[in-house]
Amino acid sequence: MTELLRVEGVTKAYPGVVANADVSFAIREGEVHALLGENGAGKSTLVKMIYGLVRPDHGRMWLRGQDYAPQEPREARAAGVGMVFQHFSLFEALSVAENVALGMESPPRLGDLAARIRQVSEEYGLPLDPSRMVGDLSAGERQRVEIIRCLLQDPRLLIMDEPTSVLTPQEVEILFQTLRQLAAEGTAILYISHKLEEIRALCDTATILRRGRVVATCIPRDRSAREMAELMVGAVLTPPERHGRPAGEVALEVAGLSVASPIPFGTALKDVGFSVTRSEVLGIAGVAGNGQDELLLALSGELKAPRDAVRIAGRGVGDQGPNARRALGLVAAPEERLGHAAAPDMSLVENALLSGMVRKRLVRRGFIDWGATRAFAQAIVAAFDVRTPGTFVAARALSGGNLQKFVVGRELSQEPSVIVINQPTWGVDASAAAAIRQAILDCAAAGAAVVVISQDLDELLEIADRFSALNEGRMSPPRPTQGLTIEEIGLMMGGAHGMEVAHHAHA
Amino acid sequence: MLMLEKRPSPSRFWNWATPVLAVVLTMLAGGLMFALLGKSPTEAIRTIFWDPLFGEFAWYFRGQLLVKAGPLILIAVGLSLGFRAGIWNIGAEGQYIMGAIFGAAAGLALYPADSRLIFPLMVVAGAFGGWLWAMIPAILRTRFRTNEILVSLLLVYVAQSILASMALGALRNPDGGGFPGSRNLSQWASSANPELIAGTGMHWGVVAAMAAVIAAHVLLQRHILGFHIRLAGQAPRAARFAGVSPGRLVLLCMGISGGLAGLAGMFEVTGPAGQIQIDFASGYGFTAIIVAFLGRLNPVGILLAGLLMALTYVGGDNAATNLGLPAASIQAFQGMLLFFLLALDLLSNYRIRLTRKEAA
Repeated sequence: MTELLRVEGVTKAYPGVVANADVSFAIREGEVHALLGENGAGKSTLVKMIYGLVRPDHGRMWLRGQDYAPQEPREARAAGVGMVFQHFSLFEALSVAENVALGMESPPRLGDLAARIRQVSEEYGLPLDPSRMVGDLSAGERQRVEIIRCLLQDPRLLIMDEPTSVLTPQEVEILFQTLRQLAAEGTAILYISHKLEEIRALCDTATILRRGRVVATCIPRDRSAREMAELMVGAVLTPPERHGRPAGEVALEVAGLSVASPIPFGTALKDVGFSVTRSEVLGIAGVAGNGQDELLLALSGELKAPRDAVRIAGRGVGDQGPNARRALGLVAAPEERLGHAAAPDMSLVENALLSGMVRKRLVRRGFIDWGATRAFAQAIVAAFDVRTPGTFVAARALSGGNLQKFVVGRELSQEPSVIVINQPTWGVDASAAAAIRQAILDCAAAGAAVVVISQDLDELLEIADRFSALNEGRMSPPRPTQGLTIEEIGLMMGGAHGMEVAHHAHA
Repeated sequence: MLMLEKRPSPSRFWNWATPVLAVVLTMLAGGLMFALLGKSPTEAIRTIFWDPLFGEFAWYFRGQLLVKAGPLILIAVGLSLGFRAGIWNIGAEGQYIMGAIFGAAAGLALYPADSRLIFPLMVVAGAFGGWLWAMIPAILRTRFRTNEILVSLLLVYVAQSILASMALGALRNPDGGGFPGSRNLSQWASSANPELIAGTGMHWGVVAAMAAVIAAHVLLQRHILGFHIRLAGQAPRAARFAGVSPGRLVLLCMGISGGLAGLAGMFEVTGPAGQIQIDFASGYGFTAIIVAFLGRLNPVGILLAGLLMALTYVGGDNAATNLGLPAASIQAFQGMLLFFLLALDLLSNYRIRLTRKEAA
């Protein structure tokens, strides 16, 4: 196979941080090439340079032997490079065909385009109805729209940024078949991920990045996942330790919880029911957009329900707001850090007050005890190793991982009896993620009932005693985590979400 | 080329420097406008900004300053709370008028009784009138999701019609020989809101404005309600997470701003204006919006901004009479102030950087 893309000595620095330092690697035609590294290792910056979104400070790139220096994504697309982003850029209120047309230089008539979409989607085993509204599609189907949008341009190189984070295991299998088919036809695929088993199953070669540098190149099939993890992190990882075991007393009970979503194109919760005992961790999996946000809102008190739909230690609180629930010991950490869990322009002290005022008694007769609030913020920063010049800085000045540590730390430091967390380690580097998971388990050991909603299956399998999944607003009955197989988990998550496989039998 | 770059944290320096710079730029652009009108720009600027404070007739103008600044500050402080929470009460003018009507009506109902309780009663009635008028857009917003900007603004015109009807009808002075306008409340001891210290222009409305500044400052700095107001404006979803009920906050902020505007109207009708009259409304409710933003929605800033705006009023009148400048040019001048302020506002959150177009 001939070489398609060569990257040599590429360096890109941002103020205060070197995102990529002297990175070199090559991709051959028809190769599935993994770009592996933890959050902040520089994977995204590197592919953004290949896709023309960012220009390197130094270094050169060649595409099929020609000098390649795209000024903007349009040039990259013209040269045959396509990219599927982790976060989709689709308009929910438009149809699939309209969305695809919006991304094109000179779109054909909508009817012709729809026919093309249908043709390409069937050819690659990705059935998709061009006339459907994107808002009604599952996350996996939205990803298909993005993939097909790229395939219509006949790419020689397809970049996929963490494509499986929104898929069930069954959907992952369908995607892999498509990618293998593309590779067999000669399209090279640059596959970004930090999920090692996936890479071992799919990729021919892996380039491992750590802190912006290439630390190793290997053939994933010949290495164990553990070896690659240690290359990626640069240290030996210790899995979190568990202490306490669930003690019979029920701390949180949810029964017959059905609420409409306050979010446009959101998912209504349908008859959700479960209970969590003290010291127990219940993991709730699910592909994004299947009711996770709504479940968090309904548990935190931001979304109200009938009184007995949510009970804390036996007391009905479904019709109570967040502060009444906090008073009873429930704390919640929403997924979105900036704007929901924290106010971006407010200082860490003010953000500590935001959800800490009830349990930490920071307000007396309506007046704020700023001294105590400052002390609380400083205690969070110290206990959770939040890297910040001080508690006076605005929340938005912190990096994602540091803010996440602060936000989770704020909730966990309130001696809660019930903890609800959505995506506790999203966008956080491996060591910070391990620290957050350990802190959650420590709270459980101290007697808290914990509900962790996450799209990271590995995370849930690591910390959850019982496991459940949300699928289109319904929750599967929780089952003990021990002994669950990946297939069973996938089925709990909704299998392939009716995304039938239509792969042709050709090599 | 010029690039705007978001600052990691808002700049404290620019937060306070932009109003000063805005005033300077207004003087330059205003001066140019006066020059185009054929007047000497320096003389016009001096007549507006210097003479009322230090000129020959300053003894008169200085009193006028507090008379004008009082209602502006009182209304603007109330508006600023709502603006901080993202609740846009644009109809303070209407609430100001309704406060004056309610206050005056409560007093006139008891005319000619002689009691110390009448004035406090009128104060309460005035605040109630403004509050009531603000509750209309507030309740429509919380119940039916109407836009409070439009509703509160349109209610100004309704209030103006009611004012005219009152001056010609229900509240007309029976001893006035058929002329429009109510009895003169400032000449009736029970309802008068007199100048408290001769020559200063200080009346009860100015006292109320000072009290409102202090109360709002304490509220925003130390009280959980002030924190929730700021939070709701900056990050509405985080505010819900913190347990803030958006509907309650709308009712509260609209109520406070309406009540304070009503108070301002009541103090005005019993003092400087003296009577309910067709032309009682003088635009304080609208100018207060400028004052609120000029003062960075900060109570102390509003105090300073109110005084500055009063100066442009007093000085503007002075310039209109002495230099023959058209009244519209004074309004344009005040408009420039708001324009420059808002345009420069982005400097506190962004910095301007000179960059070359990046080469590959």
